[in-house]
Amino acid sequence: MVMHKNGDSNSSSVSEPAWVRCLLITTALGFLALFLLLPLAAVFVEALDKGWQAYLAALQEPDTLAAIWLTLLTAVCCVPANLFFGVVAAWAIAKFSFPGKSLLITLIDLPFSVSPVVSGLIYVLIFGLQGWFGPWLQAHGIKIIFAVPGIVLATVFVTFPFVARELIPLMESQGRDEEEAALTLGASGLQTFFRVTFPNIKWGILYGVILCNARAMGEFGAVSVVSGHVRGSTNTIPLQVEILYNEYSYAAAFAVASLLALLALVTLAIKTVAEWKIRQVLSAAEAKPETEREPCYER
Amino acid sequence: MGTFGHKNSVLPGFGPTLGYTVFYLSLVVLIPLSALFFKTATLSWDQFLVAVSAPRVLASYRVTFGSALLAAAINGVLGVLVAWVLVRYRFPGRKLIDALVDLPFALPTAVAGITLASIYSPNGWLGRFLEPRGIKVAFTPLGIMVAMIFISLPFVVRTVQPVLEELDQEIEEAASCLGANRWQTFRRVTFPTMLPAMLTGFALAFARAVGEYGSIIFIAGNMPMVSEITPLLIITKLEQYDYAGATAIATVMLLASFILLLSINLLQKWSRHFAE
Repeated sequence: MVMHKNGDSNSSSVSEPAWVRCLLITTALGFLALFLLLPLAAVFVEALDKGWQAYLAALQEPDTLAAIWLTLLTAVCCVPANLFFGVVAAWAIAKFSFPGKSLLITLIDLPFSVSPVVSGLIYVLIFGLQGWFGPWLQAHGIKIIFAVPGIVLATVFVTFPFVARELIPLMESQGRDEEEAALTLGASGLQTFFRVTFPNIKWGILYGVILCNARAMGEFGAVSVVSGHVRGSTNTIPLQVEILYNEYSYAAAFAVASLLALLALVTLAIKTVAEWKIRQVLSAAEAKPETEREPCYER
Repeated sequence: MGTFGHKNSVLPGFGPTLGYTVFYLSLVVLIPLSALFFKTATLSWDQFLVAVSAPRVLASYRVTFGSALLAAAINGVLGVLVAWVLVRYRFPGRKLIDALVDLPFALPTAVAGITLASIYSPNGWLGRFLEPRGIKVAFTPLGIMVAMIFISLPFVVRTVQPVLEELDQEIEEAASCLGANRWQTFRRVTFPTMLPAMLTGFALAFARAVGEYGSIIFIAGNMPMVSEITPLLIITKLEQYDYAGATAIATVMLLASFILLLSINLLQKWSRHFAE
């Protein structure tokens, strides 16, 4: 983290008068308080509206427990698949140069720009009754749409880019000198990856995984299209929140929602630590070539 | 492999990793997306036009794209302000606020949806003050915009922030030495440097808001012709087993996202060019 040269100095040439600063800070914080803090606080206040007893009871509903279980299962299927893809893709893209690279990166980012509803719809078009494989699947008694496999597939789609898009720039910035040195010294390809590359990208992996996981557990639109909303069997936590809310059991809906809000806060905390660590690794890498020279704080 | 230059030959694994990347990408993303176009291609041109330009569908485009445009514009201005305040000023709790800016990325959209709906409902925390003054937010198009502002809030902040951090204040000092006042320096020196990032953030926010579903449906009221967004209309068609209609509208949405993605890529190229 670069400290600011003019942090708090009052040199009027590059800073604003005190009243302008106060006004800008107040406006920005007011905006964030209104749009971020207020909703966040509201989740927990509404969840505890009927007291702790009701809160805990709402979380122990069989349908809610089933939803929690399904959400965990979905995340356990999606995150490793996209983690493996992300590492493999980052290796190919960041460590080698080949034609069509930027097109490939754009295509990897594609799921982020597709509406969640469309992401769900495409799987209905493939595996649904009227879709490509629908009749065949029905003849063989395999259910994908309105069942767990459909939920997993749609979630894999929406969480597809997270790990890859974090690792590609990180690995590109680290170059391949260290790996080449390891190979020259006789390490095998996998040894090179696990001993040399992995320590450099582990915080990037954590960053990608934690965001991928948050999205996998919280996805609503895509999952809503393919789930079929069968209570107790194809409802993930967000869908359970929707059902409870539409049934006017607000306190229960917010109690279940508060689990997801807690997940979001934990995600933000881990993400902040990971970002800080990544910056440390990057600045250490930048500093390396200069170690022979005297560190110079010019001026 | 060998054709891509000798510089690559030292590190192993290019063939298998690129192969797996293309394979998994095709399996998960490209083939499923192409299903949408194949399905649309089975419609005749007339069927397609009728499906995507029915009055109710046109109204949903107006609501979706109009609200997204306004939400992205509001975030464009306030996002720059937040980025500026976070980079340039020091105040207690700054790091915490900085981390919280990403909340809309981490908070599931359904949670955001029911929370915003309850805050702005007639007896909610904000609704009870706004309603008597004649400002209805929940269950109106205004509510759609509020939800869109929430979910697209981080984009402009996060694209402008690194540019401001990189910006050398010596340039501002130089401008001021040459006689510019603070406002002139901002307008002529700082602002043009931020502009490409600001536009990129605006486009990202707009793209996200256009496709958003979960946080909006709870607060929108979902009245056909008034407050019905296009993604919801796709789901409605699907529930009525109108697969052709749903597919046709989804194709329009997908084409819109492709155009946005392309312009975002061009904007990013422009800002990189600008930075050099």
